[in-house]
Amino acid sequence: MLSMCDDKIDFDRKENNHYIVKLSDMKKAIKFLKESENYNFLLDITAVDYSKYKENHSKRFAIIYLLKNKDFDNLVILKAYLNEDEIIDSITDLYKSANWAEREVWDQYGLKFKNHPNLKRILNHKEFMGHPLRKDYPTTKGQLCTKTDDLMDEMVPKLKAKGYENHEDLMFLNLGPAHPASHGTIRNFVALEGETIISAVSEIGYLHRGFEKSCENHTYNQIIPYTDRLNYCSAILNNIAFAHTVEGMLGVELPERGQFIRVIIGELSRIIDHLVCLAANLVDMGALTNYWYLYNPRETAYTLLSKLTGARLTNSYMRIGGMTHDLYDGFEEDLKECIKDVEKGMDDSLSLIEHNRIFQDRSQNIGIVSGDDAINRGFSGPNLRASGVNYDVRKNNPYYFYDTFDFDVALGSVGDVYDRMMVRFEEIRQSIKIINQAMKKLPDGEINVSNHAISFPKKQNVYSNIEGLMNQFKLVMEGVKVPKGEYYRSIEAANGELGFYIISDGSGTPYKVKVRPPCFYAMSALGDMIEGEMIADAVLDLGSLNIIAGELDR
Amino acid sequence: MAVTGEEAIFGDSVITTKLDSAIAWARESSMWPYIFGTACCAIEFMSVASSKFDISRFGAEVVRFSPRQADLLIIAGTVSYKQAPILKRIYDQMTEPKWVVSAGACACSGGFYDNYTTLQGIDRIIPVDVYISGCPPRPEAFLEGLMQIQKLQAKPSKYLEKRSKRDFKGLLDA
Ligand code: SF4
Repeated sequence: MLSMCDDKIDFDRKENNHYIVKLSDMKKAIKFLKESENYNFLLDITAVDYSKYKENHSKRFAIIYLLKNKDFDNLVILKAYLNEDEIIDSITDLYKSANWAEREVWDQYGLKFKNHPNLKRILNHKEFMGHPLRKDYPTTKGQLCTKTDDLMDEMVPKLKAKGYENHEDLMFLNLGPAHPASHGTIRNFVALEGETIISAVSEIGYLHRGFEKSCENHTYNQIIPYTDRLNYCSAILNNIAFAHTVEGMLGVELPERGQFIRVIIGELSRIIDHLVCLAANLVDMGALTNYWYLYNPRETAYTLLSKLTGARLTNSYMRIGGMTHDLYDGFEEDLKECIKDVEKGMDDSLSLIEHNRIFQDRSQNIGIVSGDDAINRGFSGPNLRASGVNYDVRKNNPYYFYDTFDFDVALGSVGDVYDRMMVRFEEIRQSIKIINQAMKKLPDGEINVSNHAISFPKKQNVYSNIEGLMNQFKLVMEGVKVPKGEYYRSIEAANGELGFYIISDGSGTPYKVKVRPPCFYAMSALGDMIEGEMIADAVLDLGSLNIIAGELDR
Repeated sequence: MAVTGEEAIFGDSVITTKLDSAIAWARESSMWPYIFGTACCAIEFMSVASSKFDISRFGAEVVRFSPRQADLLIIAGTVSYKQAPILKRIYDQMTEPKWVVSAGACACSGGFYDNYTTLQGIDRIIPVDVYISGCPPRPEAFLEGLMQIQKLQAKPSKYLEKRSKRDFKGLLDA
């Protein structure tokens, strides 16, 4: 456990597994944790507005920091209460990942940070007034945006730091937000000398869809379809992450069969997510044929998923406490077919690129991120592992029997575009290995938690008896009642550690939901990564990080 | 019916038609789409473009990322208020005759994102010709939408003239 700091930081006061720290001590506490206890991974920063909470809090807001230690096996949550006019010490000098996270807190909650390099909005547009995640901001009050930000307020200081006082010889160029290589709607604004990028800044938020606000007026099960649309390339993994967190709050665990199905379908989602990422990355490199090789197996997977869930892309297969229904007859054969296609596509593609000089020259030693830097920037998943850091939630904090499966964690050695791509290729192989083992061990039995207050009754009961009908009605109208509390849990999604931080006030609707989006932190590094490189390399860097706008901007 | 005129003299080697229909035929068989793909719907569009559904069967596979080279704007995905001025700018840069497909619930109406950040339908910003339902629409639905556009394109030039003069005032047209 945590030892006490030299002077008076009181780590012993705990509420709900959160250490309550005085706001003025917060930075000192975090610094202590980082420097003496090796908590060098900042997972996320978020805030809460307690003004509509059932119980009174002495102060309206709280700021929350989630930190992990060097071995990634211990999570610490620090919390400080504050009022609107109190100012928080920025921790951007300790963690680079704090930069965007603090901007988001400012944007969404209107809490100010001292010594932040550029505290401005990040998700909402420049003309936006107010702070949408405050409880008094009406959910549907939209505000028109007429102009885009020119971003010179970020660019000029960056250029100055590099010794460029006047910019006459530089060319400024927007890559995005509507650009074929921007993979959705991401904007990178670059200053060029010839084709070389001198300085770059990124702007996000173009696909900000108010996920977190929408959660606050939907029941837990109604949120599942929203989670599909976070990382829409692997919708089911997002379903699982959310349901897994809520189940943690409820203190229930799925029956074994349910857990195995989650593993199988989850790994399949990971595979198809990596396939899109690789396919798109190779198109950006000019290797179009690979796109057909890698993308077409997704069609087989779509066919399987639509048989299983009714939808190709946005599956909403999971429910709190289980899933909509069991696997169908003939699932195993379809799955085998699907895996065969994936393997074939991968072999075809690898035979084109693996020993291909052009591919290697384009991808090796481009966009290097060192291991320490990756941790400091909050990277996770394949991007972190490509930099050689051995962290995979499935291994470090196993759930769903992952500790009983035999699989390897793919690691890179350089942390360049090549490593990020090759790690993904290898992860596809490992996922196939997991699926095969899970299919062999798949036990019979129930798939859902057997608790009327959580799982939906069988349809035949709903239609034939009053108890079933009432049960269904109550769950639909009131939602699953989740005990009061504040809770964080995560899984290894396709892009890295996808976690949810949920606050419940005991009702069927969450008081607050915060996603810990792996893309967000990867994206915040891009500006620095591409400096000194060519434009064509910047495109590959962006693709290799696999930024999915739905998850990035939420 | 007896064949008369040039066709009687030259046999199968010529076809007579009206200039209007010849141009419409060329237009509908070679659309150059600009994909304004912002979110999940754009991933489904990737399927439309790939081998199984193959948009090139409709002559629309030359996807352009410059509005000045495109005549069909496909909006696939959620458009936020922050994104709206960009969408308008792109639409304005396209030359007539231009066509707009709004694909998916979000583009059509904001979808289930009824909140502070999402534009409640792109037709508040730019005029739309065809709406495709679905969240996301299946690839077949995308193709159906494309065929609807082809039908519009086959209309006589008078229709086009009238259409280009249509009066649209969106939220961002001051
Ligand atoms: S309509 Fe549905 S699938 Fe399409 S962008 Fe909106 S949420 Fe995504």
